[in-house]
Amino acid sequence: MPMKTPALWIAAAAAALGLTAALSMTLLGADRRLFAPGDMTGGHYQIEIACDACHTPFQGVSQEACVQCHGAGLEAGNDSHPRSKFEDPRNADRVALLDARRCVTCHVEHRPERTRAMGVTLAADFCVHCHADIGAERPSHRDLGFETCAGAGCHNYHDNTALYEEFLLKHRDAPPPAATPRLPLRAAPPTAKAPLAAGDRDGSPHAAADPGVVDAWALSAHARGGVNCRDCHQPADAAGARAAWRDRPGPAQCAACHAADAEGFLDGRHGMRLRQGLTPMSPGQARRPMRGDAHDRGLGCTSCHGAHDFDPRRAAVDGCLGCHDDTHSRAYRESPHHALWQAEVAQHAPAGSGVSCASCHLPREIHRDAGRERVTVQHNQNRNLRPNEKMIRGVCLHCHGLAFAIDALADPALIARNFRGRPSRHIESLDMAAQRLHPSDNPRNSP
Amino acid sequence: MNDINKLFRASVLAAVPLLFAACSDEPASAVTPRVMADNLHLVLETDRTVYTRLIVNRLQNEEKVIKASEHWKEDKALVLPAQMFRAGAEMVRDKGAGFSYSLLSLWPVNKQNAPKTGQEEAGLKYVADHKGENYYGEETLGGRKYFTAVYADIAVAPACVTCHNEHKDTPRSDFKIGDVMGGVVIRIPLDG
Repeated sequence: MPMKTPALWIAAAAAALGLTAALSMTLLGADRRLFAPGDMTGGHYQIEIACDACHTPFQGVSQEACVQCHGAGLEAGNDSHPRSKFEDPRNADRVALLDARRCVTCHVEHRPERTRAMGVTLAADFCVHCHADIGAERPSHRDLGFETCAGAGCHNYHDNTALYEEFLLKHRDAPPPAATPRLPLRAAPPTAKAPLAAGDRDGSPHAAADPGVVDAWALSAHARGGVNCRDCHQPADAAGARAAWRDRPGPAQCAACHAADAEGFLDGRHGMRLRQGLTPMSPGQARRPMRGDAHDRGLGCTSCHGAHDFDPRRAAVDGCLGCHDDTHSRAYRESPHHALWQAEVAQHAPAGSGVSCASCHLPREIHRDAGRERVTVQHNQNRNLRPNEKMIRGVCLHCHGLAFAIDALADPALIARNFRGRPSRHIESLDMAAQRLHPSDNPRNSP
Repeated sequence: MNDINKLFRASVLAAVPLLFAACSDEPASAVTPRVMADNLHLVLETDRTVYTRLIVNRLQNEEKVIKASEHWKEDKALVLPAQMFRAGAEMVRDKGAGFSYSLLSLWPVNKQNAPKTGQEEAGLKYVADHKGENYYGEETLGGRKYFTAVYADIAVAPACVTCHNEHKDTPRSDFKIGDVMGGVVIRIPLDG
């Protein structure tokens, strides 16, 4: 029906202009989620507001943006399908089917309706594009569906460091774990400073520091390593000038000495918002179940480590369970891993024999520099989280056999019980690898 | 990222007028795709031979101080000469070079290294049947035209032969020293 008065035309135009202006302001503003085409995956939703972390205006999502955050993890996992493989012209036919040179071919964001585990947005049988003839090469695989390749505990697209055939064979006949298995032990970092006692504290501007705080510090690794109050609260710059006293130094201050730990933290789920310059992550923003009384905690280094005593054992269990309230976390205190941890904490068992939350999720990594071993803690808890087979080499094999580890990690009910009990299913990968050595033993090999 | 690519394209473009100027007087001095491929192969083959003789053979077979292993990281060992070659090929691709190269075989341990394109198939057969000769052709892959050269890869050390003959995934176990085991395939894009 035609409008009869100019006033209506003017009102309509004003409304359109107003809407345009409002949307333009939003687009130029800090929170542009209004324009997001759909919810983000669990991996990225925390930084949803930081569109520019992934998007280059008018150019979509650059490969470099993905690599910036995920490149180190892919390299550490010896990526089985690196981009360079698909840059080879001889693979142009494969690239035409599936452009594996770009992460976003398989991991499309903002598409919750078709996003599967690991943020994969392809159909589950995507391996068929390049490996359709695997049955000819591996008779044991002849009757297996391609949707099972990456979902059955046998293969991953990127990280197969504990799943490739020679590794399976090497560990198939490995002896059972030692009678007293051990995780790698961290050594105290070298320091040239003399240890400090409570009386050595260089004080705060507060008339009398809380004696509890002073005592906690005096028993800490910081005091043993000669790190005094002002080193964190009022650090000196290169010229020796000290800034104003800060009651609560932030993660950046910790990073001044613990750079690698801080980097890992900022790369993981706990610190990724800080990495993007956003407010800290808090349990209240989490998609996983968290304790109600923890919702408003902003995550920084002291959230888990506390301040002043910096007790790594508290960080390794209580730091986690103070927030995490899912089935697996709640089952930990009834688990055999926790029993071992309690024995170690009570000094009834040797150091390295207990298994805390951090033992698996923030694992110790062994590096070798100039022939010397150095053990660090990987503070990016996302590095070995999913697919969970990424945990096998760096964590499980310190204490368990490969066959058990593969079976256990493929059993969701066992994981929910925090590994109380035995695996209820068996993954055939070791058997298949072994049967290739003696093909006649394999019933699948018969035509 | 494309510095090498740009340098490479510039050198090929610069070579074209040179080629015409030189005409048939001095064809060997002009940087034709074939000359470029031959020279690349010369460097690749030489570097691999140097690595095989001065590093792997000396330290593994003569001095017996370290082993070379397919699982070099796992075994804290030297990378095999073929792996050194492939790692270089991947790094060159990562750097965005215009050309590419690979080590393929009609009898590959890893089936991904079997010939895929018609030129690879023809080239590998040709260099196996015509010892001492190279194979040159052109092909279009992914909408781009390439000059493709194939050079014989010959078993030069006992380790090459024993490892390939005894590997559980090998389709052929009668290689002898001096046999053509496969070929180096070098591709140079012709359409810029």
